[in-house]
Amino acid sequence: MERETLHRLLHDMLLARVFEERAAEEYSKRNIAGFLHLYPGEEAVAAGVINAASPSDYIVSTYREHAHALVRGVPAGKVMAELFGRAGGMSGGMGGSMHMFDRERRFMGGYAIVGESCPIAVGIAYTIALRNLPETVICFFGDGAVNQGAFHEALNMAGLWHLPILFVCENNHYAIGTEVHRHSAVPELYKRVAAYSIPAEKIDGMDVLKVYDATRHALARIRRGGGPQFIECETYRYRGHSMADPDSHRPVIELKAYQAHDPVSAAIRNLEFRYPSPEELAAAGPDNITHLVQHMVDAGHAHATEVEAIKADVQKTVEEAVQFALDSPPPTMDAAWQALHCNRHQEVLI
Amino acid sequence: MAQEMLYWQALNRAMDLEMEEDDSVFTLGEDVGLYGGSYRVTDGLYAKYGEWRVRDTPISEGGFTGLGVGAALVGMRPVVEIMTINFAMLALDSIVNGAAKLSFMSGGQFPMALVVRVPGGVAHQLAAQHAQRLEQMFMNVPGLRIAVPSTPQDAYWQLRQAIASDEPIILLEHELLYFTKGMVDIVADPPPMHRAVVRRAGKDLTILSYSRMALLAQEAAVELAKEGIEAEVIDLRSLSPIDWETCIASINKTHRVLVVEEDCRFAGTGAEMVATLAERCFFSLDAPPQRVAGLDIPTPYNGTLEAATIPRVPDIVEASRTLCKPTKKAAE
Repeated sequence: MERETLHRLLHDMLLARVFEERAAEEYSKRNIAGFLHLYPGEEAVAAGVINAASPSDYIVSTYREHAHALVRGVPAGKVMAELFGRAGGMSGGMGGSMHMFDRERRFMGGYAIVGESCPIAVGIAYTIALRNLPETVICFFGDGAVNQGAFHEALNMAGLWHLPILFVCENNHYAIGTEVHRHSAVPELYKRVAAYSIPAEKIDGMDVLKVYDATRHALARIRRGGGPQFIECETYRYRGHSMADPDSHRPVIELKAYQAHDPVSAAIRNLEFRYPSPEELAAAGPDNITHLVQHMVDAGHAHATEVEAIKADVQKTVEEAVQFALDSPPPTMDAAWQALHCNRHQEVLI
Repeated sequence: MAQEMLYWQALNRAMDLEMEEDDSVFTLGEDVGLYGGSYRVTDGLYAKYGEWRVRDTPISEGGFTGLGVGAALVGMRPVVEIMTINFAMLALDSIVNGAAKLSFMSGGQFPMALVVRVPGGVAHQLAAQHAQRLEQMFMNVPGLRIAVPSTPQDAYWQLRQAIASDEPIILLEHELLYFTKGMVDIVADPPPMHRAVVRRAGKDLTILSYSRMALLAQEAAVELAKEGIEAEVIDLRSLSPIDWETCIASINKTHRVLVVEEDCRFAGTGAEMVATLAERCFFSLDAPPQRVAGLDIPTPYNGTLEAATIPRVPDIVEASRTLCKPTKKAAE
């Protein structure tokens, strides 16, 4: 893999981590309201998948989408300003954490109704096929979504009409508080896709290089006319479901089983439902980010000083993002009416 | 130049012309393609435009309506046919959480030129799950527009206008209207899609109605005229937005208003109409606004009982008579 790609992956994962930690802090300061679903632990999925895509591909995300937007290249200030509910946010302060859109970057939204995004992504893919265009659609969803009717209806239509869409299941093992073996009759989620004639594989979602490679290959198959593809990324979120979730549901015994694979998650359990500091995380062992750093240093793709420089860079980016959000004015009620009537154009109604 | 057409033929003509003029228009739904549509509205289009623009879907109302929402986000003009409004219950998420909200929630970034065509209403003994109206449910969702054509001409005009609009629009077609006849002028300029029209002028009371009930209201007006009561009949044509100005101008003239709707009375269209008109026309009214509406009961299968659950012409006549009585007394 090219050095430049590795650096970009590391940058994006660090940015996502630092951004989300800061978002949690700003939530505690009440600069951010509503539901706030954070991404730490899952960074390898967003960074690996979206970096493997072309800028002309469409991204359809979930309500845990800040990192997807950041990796897609949306300025961090616009993401933070949306969390703050400001006019300068991605959705002008109308959407908030769960509903971020950037038409220019083909970032087609965060969706807060689990599974509803799948038919919407299929609609974009249908348009691409109807128009005979070279783009693809990448549709993210969590493990909880695979039990929605909308998910299965979407997969059936994608398989039936051979649509150019990559389904990416971010399996963090929990539908809020219900673990996968308690919500899915077949806990190996990718196997449930077999019914729709869609090639599906499970990969290690904690390893960004594996995610990146699997995505590249899947997208290449789609572009060659291979039809829809499905990747299940097994990952883990370090926090509760949202900031409103004290995260008291994940049993210690389950964590012990996970320990061998991910020492960081185990460390979190021992901190009595409090989110660990960066130092505590580091002390627990290599997580998805430190794994990548180690790989890059070992292979001679990066020096420790370069890694420090990237860290400093993302810290600065996030700092500026917060400042941008604070400086951005609140949206007016007029702006809300304009957003509602944005498609009315010159037509005057009553 | 006007020609006589059936309601479904007018819709079919509108679809054909829009598809011919704009290649971003496509239609999808159960049996819209090879089969030609349950009410023939897409008849012949599959042969002309091919399977990608006239798409037979699996029975997945939520899924294919969501597909339409996604296509609209990237600039297409999908016309989703849901076989009956009863099945639209399965697509509520796509319509209410999707079509009505995504443009807004994105801060106004995306078009949503989605049309959802749904037949509804009480037809021929289809029983409670196949005889609903439900327009009031969609009226309560900001971000949706609802058109309710009662004539072939309006069906033609309003479908074309709905397809051309960048806003999400639900076109409610009545199952008993598909085989009604009327003159359709395909070159005349249409009134705005949401404009209410006065179907019959009168001075004694205003009858507000829409879809099939607007036809019944006109029949009732003929009966009333025989008794010397001149009813002004307004066909709303649009339930969201509602053309209040046309309604109010009429009420200021007649000082009495009766709303006729096929849907259930409780929290229905008439409830909204009467509340708003009471707010806006209170001092112009000589009598309390009245409603003639469907009974608050699931529609029975039995034909006699079915007919008894929705307004009939004599019900409208009787309600109009009663509404007009107090003034006569006052005048005496």
